[in-house]
Amino acid sequence: MIKLTIDDIEVEVEDGATILQACETAGKEIPRFCYHEKLSIAGNCRMCLVEMERAPKPIASCAMPAGEGMVIKTDSNMVQKAREGVMEFMLINHPLDCPICDQGGECDLQDQAMGYGTAESRYLEPKRAVENKAMGPLISTIMTRCIHCTRCVRFATEVAGVPELGAIGRGEDMEITTYLEQALASELSGNVVDLCPVGALTSRPYAYQARSWELTHTPSIDVMDGLGCHIRVDSRGNQVMRVLPRHNDDINEEWISDKTRHAIDGLLAQRLDRPYLRGRDGRLAAASWDEAFTAIKKAIKKAKADEIGALTGDLADAEAIFALGQLLDKIGTPHRDCRQDGAVIGSATGTGGKGAGGYLFNSGINGVDVADAILLIGTNPRSEAPVLNARIRQNWLNNGVRVFRLGGAGDLTYPLVELGDDARVLEQWCDGGLNKGSAVVNALKSAARPMVILGQGALNRPDSMGILHAVGRLAEQVDLVKEDWNGFNVLHSTAGVVGGLMLGFLPQKGGFATPDMVRALEHGRLKVLYNLGADEVDLSRRHSDSFIIYQGSHGDRGAGCADVVLPAAAWPEKDATYVNTEGRVQRANRATFPPGEAREDWAIIRALSAVLGKKLGFDDLGGLRQAMISAVPEFDEMDKPRSLKPKKLGRKQAISNAPLQTHIKNFYMTCPISRASVTMAECVKAFVYENAGEDAGEDAG
Amino acid sequence: MSIARRIADDQPTHFAFSAENKQKIKVILAKYPKSHKSSAVLPLLDLAQRQHDNWLPTKAIEEVAKICEMPEMRVFEVASFYTMFNLRPVGKYFIQACGTTPCWLRGSDAVMQCIKDKLNITSGETSACGNFTLLEVECLGACVNAPMVQINDDYYEDLDYNSMAKLINQLQQGETPQSGSMAGRQGSEPASGATSLKQGDSDAS
Repeated sequence: MIKLTIDDIEVEVEDGATILQACETAGKEIPRFCYHEKLSIAGNCRMCLVEMERAPKPIASCAMPAGEGMVIKTDSNMVQKAREGVMEFMLINHPLDCPICDQGGECDLQDQAMGYGTAESRYLEPKRAVENKAMGPLISTIMTRCIHCTRCVRFATEVAGVPELGAIGRGEDMEITTYLEQALASELSGNVVDLCPVGALTSRPYAYQARSWELTHTPSIDVMDGLGCHIRVDSRGNQVMRVLPRHNDDINEEWISDKTRHAIDGLLAQRLDRPYLRGRDGRLAAASWDEAFTAIKKAIKKAKADEIGALTGDLADAEAIFALGQLLDKIGTPHRDCRQDGAVIGSATGTGGKGAGGYLFNSGINGVDVADAILLIGTNPRSEAPVLNARIRQNWLNNGVRVFRLGGAGDLTYPLVELGDDARVLEQWCDGGLNKGSAVVNALKSAARPMVILGQGALNRPDSMGILHAVGRLAEQVDLVKEDWNGFNVLHSTAGVVGGLMLGFLPQKGGFATPDMVRALEHGRLKVLYNLGADEVDLSRRHSDSFIIYQGSHGDRGAGCADVVLPAAAWPEKDATYVNTEGRVQRANRATFPPGEAREDWAIIRALSAVLGKKLGFDDLGGLRQAMISAVPEFDEMDKPRSLKPKKLGRKQAISNAPLQTHIKNFYMTCPISRASVTMAECVKAFVYENAGEDAGEDAG
Repeated sequence: MSIARRIADDQPTHFAFSAENKQKIKVILAKYPKSHKSSAVLPLLDLAQRQHDNWLPTKAIEEVAKICEMPEMRVFEVASFYTMFNLRPVGKYFIQACGTTPCWLRGSDAVMQCIKDKLNITSGETSACGNFTLLEVECLGACVNAPMVQINDDYYEDLDYNSMAKLINQLQQGETPQSGSMAGRQGSEPASGATSLKQGDSDAS
């Protein structure tokens, strides 16, 4: 520990801390542009100058390590004068276009110019102008505003792992650009907009849409992947204008993926805003809630309890799943599943949900930071959870963690030891075969904190029980689960499934799981299916006698083959509980209201239950949550990651030689919201098809 | 104000080092640790530029990036930072004229004027005949014999309007002028002749 004095306050900081950090410890705010906690230190903006006793000139506090006995002044005349000088230089070439700048109102330069800017400029020469650069469909550039802090360059290189951004030229000619002006091909590219302290890089879909002071900020939880990133939903009136990350070191640090940030325009398109009923002519026609409920009542009455099933989708919130589960209990059917992809996790552990072992990301997301050997099985974290992938990259950068990959292809932004894509090698490793395998087994064995990350791509196969069994054997052999470390991890890529697993929304005794349910629907064994937003399941080959109720927010695949469509609120339009891949229970808050006649999911189910004469025992969200907590007490503990010991994983089953791979083929479109999003469609065009740059570059220059 | 440095519009589709240069690359890379191949970026870019008519196409930058195991952007940053690397075609004679204070005080404006009069080019331009390219650069470190220009690899010092004109004439006729001081000074002695260390083997005129 180092002791130093800052403005007559004595503080103690850790070895290696910078003076800037020491100043913050003392509660002194230091203005900065280039310095950022999560990036390497550049020291090029000079805004953080402070005075140090016995030093001849001011020092850049961000780059200077704190030393024992230093005496620092942060508000002396010298400091004020020095910062004014820096600010004057900064403003020489910065345009005075704040009134038309999207950053206006939340601009670091604007704010700090209030403190250190002079009232008038002494600069009479022409200002420089810089051509705008094409950086893809998400980033709008006005490069004349750039102050060369290089935060974006460091982010792309260090965090995103795509070293395509750089500063070309020198001196007055220095410009930030991508190599040959290609689009910035990263799933995290939107974060450079947040990092930019001025208005040089701004959000392209959000360009000229709103002013920061018009927006209502609602803290919420992201549902685009399984991490449950902390976000802030900014809305104006009844429209979500943008999504920004909230700081949370245990989950997303300060980053969110481009899908989280930009899929929101999908909330405006393809929305279901009134109930629909399939008429005699086979077409869906608008109906009233009463008509829809009457049709459902008729269909359910006609069917036996055992002929009714239910599926929940990737975006389903815990309240809706719980309410639907209660309704199914009252009807008396065992057929239900929250895993629309047919994954085996949850029931594989034997107890079937409700605190059952092993289906969580047990090491915790921040456990990735300290892992010393990682094995990825059937997962591509870059497309399934980009923010988590950035953490693995950080661990590789900081500690050189060795990452092994079994199944999957593509650059993950850090070096990988490739082990092929044949899942059968898992068994061979356990039997002590294969030289390549012994390297990974030895690495995991000798690691103090080994990690195995199982993706849904390994769990939604017909032979997944066998894979789980083999992983279980491997876990025992390499001592994956220790007293203070649980290295068995399942990476969920959806926001809804873990909540469903925790609530035990799984086939009850004698019930069908998703694949069986789909088959039973085709054979006419199942007569009624309640589809709560499960849009990834192909139900188009259902029996003509069957009756499908679709409840969801978008007119996507699910609504297309339903007989009754019930319009529901989308994620930012409701107060809801989601459980992330760590088993962390989190609350999302309502930012806007659902369109038209759409209602919150749980409320629809509650209303329907009354029509069916199976009235559920709660009348409001508070009552529902009370009931949910008394059924599953874990829901009472918010924001706490859980760790469950894997028990008796899978069962012995022959593993096929089908290649292991991730289940996400297209990162930008994975749910009804992102499929309806124009911005995501542009991303697909720019990044998934390989004509990046041409379309994206239209408005450059 | 110096010119905006932009890459050539017309880029070759292919670049490969010659066999001879590949040997040189081996020698250059051997000077640095295997894990720090990026240290060789400057000599390799220089080698590529010499092989490719004194300018660097993007394909050459990408080739160097591959050899040095660096992202292409990092190599491009280096290539665009140094004025010694040309990112677009230049004439057979690449004139770098110093305009920094000592040269300017000693008459670099006259030298520039001469180039303008004889070749009708200013900084960043190539003459109509295609043989001459002028770039105004910052200090090249020959201030004692200011003003000076660098033509390809050679320094021509103690210039004035007439000697610059003579230099251009010689180049236009395909001659290779003798490099060094145009006033005939040896080393960096005063213009009026040596004032100290007069004894010895000096054969200064």
